[in-house]
Amino acid sequence: MSEVLFQEKIDKEQKIEPKDWMPEGYRKHLIRQISQHAHSEIIGMQPEGNWISRAPSLRAKMILLAKVQDEAGHGLYLYSACETLGISREELNQQLHIGKAKYSSIFNYPTLTWADMGAIGWLVDGAAIVNQVSLQKTSYGPYSRGMVKICKEESFHQRQGYEIIAEMAKGTKEQKEMAQDALNRFWWPSIMMFGPHDSDSPRTGNAMKWKIKRKTNDELRQDFINKTVGQAELIGLTIPDPDLKWNEEKSSYDFGEINWEEFWSVVEGNGPCNEQRLNHHIKAHKDGAWVREAAKAYSKKQKN
Amino acid sequence: MKDILQYTLRIADTSLILAQRLSEWCSKGPTLEEDIALSNISLDLFGQANGLLEYAAKIDQSKSADDFAFKRDERNFYNLQICEQENGHFGDTMVRQFLCDTYFMLFYQQLSSSKDENLAAIANKSIKEVAYHLRHSKNWLIRLGDGTKESNLKVQKSLDKVWKFTGEFFEMDELDHLMLDEKIGVNNTLLKKEWDNIVNQVLSDAKISRPKDSYMMTGSKRGLHTELLGKMLAEMQYLPRAYPNAKW
Amino acid sequence: MTENKATVWEVFIQSKNGLAHKHFGNVHAEDKEMALQNARDLYTRRNEGSCIWVVKSENIVSSVPEDETSFFDPSNDKVYRHPTFYKMPDGAKHI
Repeated sequence: MSEVLFQEKIDKEQKIEPKDWMPEGYRKHLIRQISQHAHSEIIGMQPEGNWISRAPSLRAKMILLAKVQDEAGHGLYLYSACETLGISREELNQQLHIGKAKYSSIFNYPTLTWADMGAIGWLVDGAAIVNQVSLQKTSYGPYSRGMVKICKEESFHQRQGYEIIAEMAKGTKEQKEMAQDALNRFWWPSIMMFGPHDSDSPRTGNAMKWKIKRKTNDELRQDFINKTVGQAELIGLTIPDPDLKWNEEKSSYDFGEINWEEFWSVVEGNGPCNEQRLNHHIKAHKDGAWVREAAKAYSKKQKN
Repeated sequence: MKDILQYTLRIADTSLILAQRLSEWCSKGPTLEEDIALSNISLDLFGQANGLLEYAAKIDQSKSADDFAFKRDERNFYNLQICEQENGHFGDTMVRQFLCDTYFMLFYQQLSSSKDENLAAIANKSIKEVAYHLRHSKNWLIRLGDGTKESNLKVQKSLDKVWKFTGEFFEMDELDHLMLDEKIGVNNTLLKKEWDNIVNQVLSDAKISRPKDSYMMTGSKRGLHTELLGKMLAEMQYLPRAYPNAKW
Repeated sequence: MTENKATVWEVFIQSKNGLAHKHFGNVHAEDKEMALQNARDLYTRRNEGSCIWVVKSENIVSSVPEDETSFFDPSNDKVYRHPTFYKMPDGAKHI
């Protein structure tokens, strides 16, 4: 099959399946995007995992643990989709460990108070959901099916986060301060999650043409901001952007300039927790090596 | 009722503390699949603890389930000491889990016919969960014991280390006898035989040897613990203690 | 050093008694029991299952896209396999 036929198929909204012919660039783009997405789910377990032992009620503890567990599950769905492109989970892991594969920079920020569990669920999962909903229609079949499953399960994540922060916003003075502080710290990193402006995003062109991505970074970011501002107002919190205002003509919000210097610096590894997150992952992997070996050895003995 | 409350707290604390320990594994599992499995077990145990503490709160109406979990000091916690032992490596955790799961299974089987309907109902729900946990930990123990030389040595050591905490499973104090007389509680002494059978069989399948019964730790029924529990509670209880007027 | 790859298993779940098993995704596991348990823990966290099948991915044989025309097109013109192909006299019932 030639590239022309491939593109025709894409244009007719037909899904590409693992055994179908695909341009090498398409495969590479998918591996990069899906694995980055998977790694983000897995590294994303850490900032929230940081508070499981300190969750303030039994209910909050069970919810948080179930949520972080879901993230492991979602990482697995995505690794599973990625493996259909002919790359193993071990290779993907190794690319993460040597820094060749990236994950979402948001997880390089620390979680300092319980309100951060609210902010992460509300803002970070909120942003992720905007992106994932659009990816349900991505052209690669296994990725699309994974996204459908993830979206279905993730709908509770954002709600639990919003519930936490809403409860704190109407709580004691200290709780209110924690809630506002969490919003202040997580707002900008959240809207950076959508990546650079379209004009500075060299790969967007192909990804849109191949319908891997269905909306551009800027479109998704705008969707998210439009949805979120009212939610902040409702619970009496202030979004830390003096330039944020409703634009009647566009029928959406204008917002201030993003600090791209910070964005790139965190991507390059200079965020507060980059090293810690990666080391944690590498350590868990190394500590588990003898267990994986033992399971392999045991299984071999059963066959002999 | 005070006796039933105390009896309930012992069971609840054992689930709660083991759940809290297991939740520490989250994001550290040897494989992602196993990470998820450990969280599942932890969630089951938190659920059991929650149900039991809700029952405790029904008996002592001045407290909520969360008050029991977050506002008691370590001298008022009655969990079996094996549960508060550190996770260590995956083999340490699986050995601890297997020994506990076997005990839970037998304990809840007996408790399910308790005259106390609440305890019986909780036991019936828990049996299904611990049956799965036991299947999981048993299989892992066999894999690790009969895996590589290294893994065999490791779990043998894990077992030797934790063995002294297994005596508490079968202790009977005054309250236990009272509860047994009232057909509410379980005769722990009688669990030993079946526990031995299961453990011996699995250890033999796992090619590791059963340590000799020598000195056994005791004290949790009176709120005596290893130093590990205090630190664990300090972490677990920090928010409700630091902000006593806050709701979360 | 590249480490030994884990064995990959495909997971099929019957969501309700009476329905067919459906492909859900994969898990890594070294033996049958582990595969079954991993599938249970990963894919049925929300009460999705009544039965699980796991099968090693390497044991699945799949047709390939090149087979598509020779495999599936020939059945295109066998319209007589469908009930709508047949003319029924007006008024015929229960048929």
